[in-house]
Amino acid sequence: MNMPFYVAPEQVMKDRADYARKGIARGRSLIAFRFEGGIAICAENTSSTLRKVSEIYDRIAFAGVGKYNEFDQLRIAGVRHADLKGYSFSREDVDARSLANQYAQSLGQVFTHEMKPMEVEILVAEIGLGDDGEGDQLFHILYDGTVMDEDMSVVLGGETETISERFGQLDAAPTLADGVRRAVSALSGPDRSLEGPDLEVAILERGIGRRAFRRLEGDELAAILAG
Amino acid sequence: MNLPLFRAHDDPGPSFAELLRRTGFDEPALPRDGTVPASDFRHGTTCVAVRYADGVLLAGDRRATSGNLISHRTLEKVFPADRHSGVAIAGAAGPAIEMVKLFQLQLEHYEKVEGGALSLEGKANQLGQMIRGNLPAAMQGLAVVPIFAGFDVGRDEGRLFEYDVTGGRYEETETASTGSGSLHAGTVLRLGYRDSLDAATVTDLALESLFEAADQDSATGGPDPVRGIYPVVALITADGYRRLDDDELADRTQALIERRRNR
Repeated sequence: MNMPFYVAPEQVMKDRADYARKGIARGRSLIAFRFEGGIAICAENTSSTLRKVSEIYDRIAFAGVGKYNEFDQLRIAGVRHADLKGYSFSREDVDARSLANQYAQSLGQVFTHEMKPMEVEILVAEIGLGDDGEGDQLFHILYDGTVMDEDMSVVLGGETETISERFGQLDAAPTLADGVRRAVSALSGPDRSLEGPDLEVAILERGIGRRAFRRLEGDELAAILAG
Repeated sequence: MNLPLFRAHDDPGPSFAELLRRTGFDEPALPRDGTVPASDFRHGTTCVAVRYADGVLLAGDRRATSGNLISHRTLEKVFPADRHSGVAIAGAAGPAIEMVKLFQLQLEHYEKVEGGALSLEGKANQLGQMIRGNLPAAMQGLAVVPIFAGFDVGRDEGRLFEYDVTGGRYEETETASTGSGSLHAGTVLRLGYRDSLDAATVTDLALESLFEAADQDSATGGPDPVRGIYPVVALITADGYRRLDDDELADRTQALIERRRNR
């Protein structure tokens, strides 16, 4: 009878984590940050149809990096979760925190029990009901189900340290235009420049009605980038 | 509530109704036979729709009746379905409002899952399927008969659709009306309709049609200046769905009453 080789659990976990991290690092990164009027998510994405940033619910947005089919599956599950919850209770009962926990449970489950971990890192952002930024939340969820509650800004994807360093710390929420320009130059680095078609920018904006999610595209984005 | 993840082969796709079935939100079973007496539930009454130069208008009175009693004076029967469309309901108020809620959710759910809105035609067909699904309840007295109206962004014009209880969908080119006062309201609309009316004229026409319906049909509520209750009127144009505010409707109603007094 053949005995399976013994592999230490530490080694299994480490191998899986390395595998996931490698997959994530292959993709391009994104930055989410709070600005005066809400939360902005700025991603490097040359496709205008395969989205990294999208709407989950009235005040909740989703962003993912890594393997597209995997984070898109999570995005759709999030939309379903939110719509079902809003239908069975009320729209105001749908919140980012519980959704982030659900994602964490699911990713954690896959990481420990499945053959292959998900090669994704996701963000769940929510703007509060007030008009002063109170209640704005950024949840950063890793491939293994680790959840982090970020304060002002967060970078997802590969080279996060370099990009975070270039983006710097935000002491106060910037204007949208300042924030977007700063994020774009942090994403591009010193050796290249990113233009409108290379970017996917979307915001959760306060005061535009029930559905706060809006994409910045075309002329509007070009005007912001031109300063 | 856990995360609804599905395997690729049994994914419910962008349909919210299908998702509800998969996740165990089953519709309540109806009793096998018999009808629900009309006095036991609330009835929404008259709604109208008119195409005009910039798009389409939807309007509805505010009364709900239970048998011969007035059960609600401020019922809303005209709702936005999404940014460029709206739905007006007549019939059993409970199932009708639930149907609107599901319809609104369905359109938004589709838009989010698929990353783009349904065509106006697609929306109209969806509503038809929901009405068809309600047919067993309709046979037992709980009929729901809406009007669907919207601005077709592709064709750059307003369009409106009438339905019957079987879910049959009938596109109208000028006006539509539904509910107990629809005969009277519809006649006023047909007589007053002209090609490419402007927003002010079409609003006056809609108010007049509901006024006339309320005059002849006991289940349709007229304007009530004492309590400040006016019909709900919404205009749907390329800029989206806009509900007129009560101040404007109060002025127009007052002018309508003056015209009646002086004729």
